[in-house]
Amino acid sequence: MTSPLDLPVAEMAARVADRHDSLKAADLVDAALARVRALDGRVRAFLHVAEEGARRAAEALDARVARGEAVGPLAGVPLAVKDNLAVAGMPLTCASKILGGYVPPRDATVVARAVAAGAIVLGKTNLDEFAMGSSTENSAFGPTRNPFDLERVPGGSSGGSAAAVAAGMAPLALGSDTGGSVRQPAALCGIVGHKPTYGRVSRSGLVAFASSLDQVGPFARTTQDAAALLRAIEGPDPLDATSRAFPAARPAAGLSGLRVGVVEELEGAGGDPEVAAAVGRVRAALLARGATAVPLSLPLSKAGIPVYYLVAPAECSSNLARFDGMRYGARVDAPEVEPLYARTRDAGFGAEVKRRVLLGTFALSAGYADAYYKRAMAVKTRLRVELAAAFSRCDVILSATSPFPAFRVGEKAGDPLSMYLCDVLTVTANLAGVPAASVPAGLTAGGLPVGAQLWAAEGHDDLVLSVGAAVREATGLGYVAPAIAKEVA
Amino acid sequence: MSAPAYRVIVGMEVHLQLRTRTKCFCGCLAVYGAEPNVHVCDVCLGLPGALPVLNAEALRLGVRTGLALGCTVARRTKWDRKNYFYPDLPKGYQISQYDRPLCTDGAIEIDGDDGATRRVRIRRAHLEEDTGKSFHVAGTKHSRIDLNRCGTPLLEIVSEPDLASAEEAGRYLEELRRIVAYAGTSDGNMQEGNLRCEPNVNLVYENGDRTPIVEVKNVNSVAGVERAIRFEVERQDREYREHGRTSKNTPRSTRGFDDTTGTTVHQRTKESADDYRYFPEPDLPAVDVDPALVEAERASLPERPRTRRLRYVQALQLSAYDAGVLTADRRVADWFEAALGPDRTAKTVANLLTGEVFARLNAAGKAIDAVPFPPARLGELAALVDGRVVNAPTAKQVLKLLWETGEAPAAAVARLGLAQVSDPEAVRAACEAAIAAEPAAAAALKAGNEKAGGRVVGHAMKALKGKGDPTLVQRTLRQLLGLPS
Ligand SMILES: [Zn+2]
Repeated sequence: MTSPLDLPVAEMAARVADRHDSLKAADLVDAALARVRALDGRVRAFLHVAEEGARRAAEALDARVARGEAVGPLAGVPLAVKDNLAVAGMPLTCASKILGGYVPPRDATVVARAVAAGAIVLGKTNLDEFAMGSSTENSAFGPTRNPFDLERVPGGSSGGSAAAVAAGMAPLALGSDTGGSVRQPAALCGIVGHKPTYGRVSRSGLVAFASSLDQVGPFARTTQDAAALLRAIEGPDPLDATSRAFPAARPAAGLSGLRVGVVEELEGAGGDPEVAAAVGRVRAALLARGATAVPLSLPLSKAGIPVYYLVAPAECSSNLARFDGMRYGARVDAPEVEPLYARTRDAGFGAEVKRRVLLGTFALSAGYADAYYKRAMAVKTRLRVELAAAFSRCDVILSATSPFPAFRVGEKAGDPLSMYLCDVLTVTANLAGVPAASVPAGLTAGGLPVGAQLWAAEGHDDLVLSVGAAVREATGLGYVAPAIAKEVA
Repeated sequence: MSAPAYRVIVGMEVHLQLRTRTKCFCGCLAVYGAEPNVHVCDVCLGLPGALPVLNAEALRLGVRTGLALGCTVARRTKWDRKNYFYPDLPKGYQISQYDRPLCTDGAIEIDGDDGATRRVRIRRAHLEEDTGKSFHVAGTKHSRIDLNRCGTPLLEIVSEPDLASAEEAGRYLEELRRIVAYAGTSDGNMQEGNLRCEPNVNLVYENGDRTPIVEVKNVNSVAGVERAIRFEVERQDREYREHGRTSKNTPRSTRGFDDTTGTTVHQRTKESADDYRYFPEPDLPAVDVDPALVEAERASLPERPRTRRLRYVQALQLSAYDAGVLTADRRVADWFEAALGPDRTAKTVANLLTGEVFARLNAAGKAIDAVPFPPARLGELAALVDGRVVNAPTAKQVLKLLWETGEAPAAAVARLGLAQVSDPEAVRAACEAAIAAEPAAAAALKAGNEKAGGRVVGHAMKALKGKGDPTLVQRTLRQLLGLPS
């Protein structure tokens, strides 16, 4: 029951690009749409499936191949796109009611680049409203389910993209990661998710949550596939002044002599013994292949959550001000402008978004900004320095991605603080702007995926992904399809 | 009543639209007067996911204006968000500069009310994006929004409270407008909203009492600023004398100026500083201002209009009036200076330019660049006047030819034999004939009646076909009549 959708992305694209090969982009899109039809009623990864558009794009690509034209390295590969990234002509919801009916005029840069490389946009995936959450339960359109256990969450906020890849509905997906929103759902869904160095990937067309932390990142079943998508989307963009060029990738390092940082403060955080054991097995396998362990301390990483939950809400309170019912999206009318704003935003935003907008507004208010926002920014700066110093002593840091495996839908929904602690191992990389990826590290006894997180110094995204590949070789652990995916071709 | 027991204190906040082709953070055209909402894009509309990218020309014009105002330009400057909700502010925040403004510590000079030079300090000048415009639809409960202006670059110029009257405030604005027009960084047109100002006004009494500061909005002309301040001075003094209102018992407030009544109306009280929740704009990196750019702008700045005006009075011996007229527009002053030369006086060039040339331009509704000949030609004519080759009426005739046919003044004078008659013998003969022909007028002139003598002069000039050297004619007549010369 092997489907061409399960091939490595490079092979899939090479075959589509070969006019003499029988595999067409249309076959890949049909196979992906068939899986969506079969599974997504239960998983609910997609908010919008671009059935017609994907078929037309696939046919157009096949026609180009037939004419002998060169096509890109993602030729024909179905791509799921988190619904906080603009795709021209498709609704953009951010899983919020407030955007009701909004259709963006142009593609996000990452979408345009992936499409230019040959990818076919399959549809838009579910998320926590405006990417605020760690379970995809904060979607105005209902939660996404974890393909490994439909009673459990896929993680978040990019839960729809992670679930789509884990369930085999799309080989590649785009997500966004502000405090762990790519890595944590990747860990909970047993796939690879990468948060690039801040500035490596354009944010143009990504609906901003916390602009200084947001990065778009790839989801895939392997680090090689994730790297292929990263190659397509990375690079400076004239539309994003914070995007930058980074020096050419370091050649893939062998494990011999690789210095693996072990951070005292991150060990056993959250305390799930199965997660700690899984990460321990990964570390042991690396050391057995010639890597050396470097014990480290990152005292400021303990401040990660409080700093993150000041900086991110502060920026979000400003970024979400534009959703005021004046120009686009939903509006609740009122005779005066102030109540129009209030009613529109009250009806349009969900509870978690309101909570963070209020937190952020407070943190920036006169009389409080010094104690909260400015102090948090000062710690953020020191954290960058602390992490840069750590990376002078090691090549990568290895930790868990999430303190615990997938939890049950509803389990944390009433407790924002415990939900915020889902990010305890991931926010530091965002605050410091460094790259980090989550790679599969096996399953718990209950069959739930565990992720190991690899971090490196700014710009060393390729090192993260190549060490991720070495982890798979050394441990034999990688993506395994969940039972639900085996029901379909 | 004795002199007023208070001093007027005025500070000025000016929003100056910089003359860029495109907006500050997107590629839309920055133009005035287009159909509403045509010069907009995803960035200036604040569509989700759109990001600002700095227009380098806005930064350059900001630097240039700051230098023209005598400011220090920051080596490193940054952007901040000023957060507030308003329907003509699509993002819910304005990109501005809070704690690291582009320019600081400048000053410009104006004529003080006491006749002395008054130095008005500029505290800071920072870049920001403009908002859209709201129009209330009369007779309805609706407003319309035009976002064409949204995102156009502004320089907010904040003065110290160094102005002591409505008139000084007016002169400050006029001078600021001339400075930026000279520097070429803004049109400075108040009608089109290129230059908008908000005066801050209060009074300080001899006993130390101060009235609460009032910020006046909605003023859109220099005359309006002066009227608004005069109204505020009277109102605040009355409030102080009748109700004892001072800064100690009354908060600062904002009042709107009504141009039709010349009054200000209370808008809102500032109990505390408005909370705009400023924070660094995460979408834009800090800007390291290239020192080479600053030096290039500094080197290419023109002389300040006021310096030029004073130089015209002192070095060129023009009247203050002429100097003011010539320096009001840099292009006029440049044209004037290009007409100067060693064989002519500045006064004669100025007379020809502000007289005959301006009259022709005004009649045609044209500006200085519409003069159909180069400045040097007017200088040649001035030299002919100063060398007493032609007299004033002839100069006018030569200028007409120059304007209409481009014929060089000297050539026209030679071709038409227009050179004035300075031959003493010819003049003497004409004067003798005139005295003989007009005996009554000659007698009156001899008796000291200059007016009656005009007939004798006229007769002599007529005999000389209008080309007689007027000074020589006068002197010869007086000699012949035995008057002191
Ligand atoms: Zn625009």
